[in-house]
Amino acid sequence: MSDMPVNSVTTRSWQRTALGDFWAVAAVALVAGALFLLFPTNLALLTRIIAVMLLVLSLDLVTGFSGVATLGHATLFGAGAYAAGIFAARFGVTDPLLMLAIGAVAGALAGAVTSLVILRGHGLSQLVLSIAVVSLAHEAANKLSAWTGGSDGLSGIAPSPLFGLFRFDLFGRTAFFMAVGLLLVVFVVLRIVVRSPFGMLCRGIKQDPVRVRAMGAPVYFTLVKMYAIAGAVAGLGGALSAIATKVVGLDSLSFTTSAEALVMLVVGGTGKLFGALVGTLVFVWFEDRVSAINPFHWLTIIGVLLIGVVLFAPKGLVGAAESLWARVRGRRS
Amino acid sequence: MQTILSIAADSLAYGMVLFVISIGLSVTMGLMKVVNLAHGAFAMIGGYVASYATQQMGLPFGIAVIAAIVCTVLVAIPLERLLYRRIYGAPELTQVLMSIGITFAIIGIANFVMGPTLKTIALPEQLQGPVDLGFRSIAAHKLFAVAVGIVVAGGLWLLVERTPFGVRLRAAVDDAAMAEALGVKTKAVYAISFALAIGLAALGGVVGAQLLPIEPYYALHYMVTFLVVVSVGGAGSIAGALAASLILGLVQTTARYLAPEYGEFFFYLAVIAIVCTFPNGLLGRSK
Amino acid sequence: MGPCAGAPVMSLLEVRNLRKNFGGLAVTDDVSLNLAKGDRVALIGPNGAGKTTFVNLVTGQLKPHAGSVHLDGEDITAASPSRRVQAGLVRSFQVTRLFSEMTPEEHVALALLQKQGRSGRVFGDYRGMPAVMAETHEILALLNLDGIAQQPANSIAYGQQRLLEIALVMALRPKVLLLDEPAAGVPGSDTMLIERALERLPGDLAVLMIDHDMDFVFRFARRVVVLAAGAIIFDGTPAEVSRDPRVREAYLGSYADDRSQA
Repeated sequence: MSDMPVNSVTTRSWQRTALGDFWAVAAVALVAGALFLLFPTNLALLTRIIAVMLLVLSLDLVTGFSGVATLGHATLFGAGAYAAGIFAARFGVTDPLLMLAIGAVAGALAGAVTSLVILRGHGLSQLVLSIAVVSLAHEAANKLSAWTGGSDGLSGIAPSPLFGLFRFDLFGRTAFFMAVGLLLVVFVVLRIVVRSPFGMLCRGIKQDPVRVRAMGAPVYFTLVKMYAIAGAVAGLGGALSAIATKVVGLDSLSFTTSAEALVMLVVGGTGKLFGALVGTLVFVWFEDRVSAINPFHWLTIIGVLLIGVVLFAPKGLVGAAESLWARVRGRRS
Repeated sequence: MQTILSIAADSLAYGMVLFVISIGLSVTMGLMKVVNLAHGAFAMIGGYVASYATQQMGLPFGIAVIAAIVCTVLVAIPLERLLYRRIYGAPELTQVLMSIGITFAIIGIANFVMGPTLKTIALPEQLQGPVDLGFRSIAAHKLFAVAVGIVVAGGLWLLVERTPFGVRLRAAVDDAAMAEALGVKTKAVYAISFALAIGLAALGGVVGAQLLPIEPYYALHYMVTFLVVVSVGGAGSIAGALAASLILGLVQTTARYLAPEYGEFFFYLAVIAIVCTFPNGLLGRSK
Repeated sequence: MGPCAGAPVMSLLEVRNLRKNFGGLAVTDDVSLNLAKGDRVALIGPNGAGKTTFVNLVTGQLKPHAGSVHLDGEDITAASPSRRVQAGLVRSFQVTRLFSEMTPEEHVALALLQKQGRSGRVFGDYRGMPAVMAETHEILALLNLDGIAQQPANSIAYGQQRLLEIALVMALRPKVLLLDEPAAGVPGSDTMLIERALERLPGDLAVLMIDHDMDFVFRFARRVVVLAAGAIIFDGTPAEVSRDPRVREAYLGSYADDRSQA
């Protein structure tokens, strides 16, 4: 085996991944731009979608890439939202970038701490522990109303202009552009993380933790670390939502939000970063449209949609699109 | 003293209702390895049928209970054939999503058919009003719930431990492939157990309607509670489910009496403590 | 205790008086075993003799009730399985345990990175690390897996999966290697490939192999240990094992007869 072919393989795959990153970012930016032009009056909804996208991306890291079953992932989103909101409303930390940083740190801490509990279970007990964790956090936030505003929600968040230049306007333009920028940065970073040796290790743990241990690699610690990273991402989403909507509600820390995030991820496709984005966009957009008419119709539709996805498109919309694309290409060649 | 007695009585009634509804979920989870989050939705359907039978059709309570069980099982059978069968042995995530989907659809349809308001079940005179136990009085429907719980627990124990069907059931829970090889028709055992589980859910939905009121979001509100009972007790264990129901019923009721402002905080704290200490449930088998 | 095959000069792996009971039954009954650099030892025994239990005790998946395990002079009886792997005690699995959706290239690269302590890195792609890539493909080429380096592990043939299992443990650069039936379920033609792969293992590596295929065992091993009912009943050369009456009785039976007639 000479060095030549290996090096050429290396350069080729390097170029391919770099090109892939470029197109992925371009695609996301393009869609965001198109939505901005098509729905200029719906920027608040679009910004909310991006905040939820960060939550679902975070869930994908833990569930899709690492195989942890959780119905309590909103804990990390809520931790970021409340941390950013409390620092802004109670301590006057109103710089939006600083609020994002606070959200990320709080989310990462919440992720690391809650994972210590959730990872003690397997299968059913893991699901139940994750539900218990988010419910506990929800009740705690409700009880600590002096800090969190309880069921009325936390208000009085007034973020100062972004970079000291761009005020958060009534139409939500600044918030939208900040959200898109944040999403692009997170998206690229996560693409790198899931390709890294650590990302491979997590995929390995999902497929066979016994083999990972037999390779001498730590399973528990690796998952805690992944939880911390996922927590930072979800915390950024929470902080973004606090900045954009200027309130934080108890629903940001609920079982329902957690279950919805899981549904979005599966509709889009687990284990793929694009799946998280597509699933969230489709879910929240339709929810907004249909539930304006009748919330119970929405429930029936999403229920049937879920059953259909599980039966006919177990890899989600993105997975179905990929296999369709592969078949078309196969027929052409 | 009065408070302690009240807590004890309410805990017992509430725990027994939890047990009657959750035991079916525990059986399906232990036997078929299906995490069925729609279990509460079947209890809700039972409640709706009983409410309709007593309030709209004026049928007596006893008939309404039977109608509730039969109708709910009739609804569940096609669902088992078409949907659940495809997810036996699938990863938990798949099962969770499929059964959440079924739950959402049932909630939507229930609201469309029955409306968003709370439905009550007309109780016969014997179950209305308080019963004097000498040292204190207790609502008759709560006593009835306790009695039903005891009958269900005893009946299931007899069924599992003392009948040929019980032998097959235990064999299939222990090792389905081995049972199949020994001539047990596991598919039939699954189908009967599933119907039994759904029937018990419906019964629990009716008996517990005073404590867990029937409305469309019932299926979502109590989904977690039932799942927690099974997980704490250990999937497939009757005694475990009974113990978990009574412990969790006690924790929840006590917290409601003594620290209502904390909501479900102590309930979930207890859940985390128990599940972390016994990852397979109080009486579950270690895997 | 059976006859000893001469005291090794320097033991890499030393198992002393290992004991494990399952519900009163001694599954591993006072087992002692030494492996030196370059050893090629086969561990055989009838079904239920406790071979896999022994491997699990040595690698730390099970905790012994008594006895100790030493690697390179260090007591590792209390060490976790992953700690033992890091120290150089590596096992393969009887039932293939691979990452079904990952490619052979990813398997080997991940194992190499793990050995170098770089598997926790959050940034960087192994495909951009020329040294890792070169070593990965060197190992894959050694096991004839180069052609399928980019296919998911669940789509390659079973024999190739077994080879990948060996590639994986080789990438972990072990000092002592425990092979649990490396050729189990492999079609005859592919057994050759696995044998050739085992011949190419580094010379100073100590190897303990469990297998049922006697021809395979006799070609590979220079020393044979026989386990029956949890205890070692023979420890000697392949030539002696078929003549030992106790082994003949406990295990080899008709096979030994066939062999002596042939």
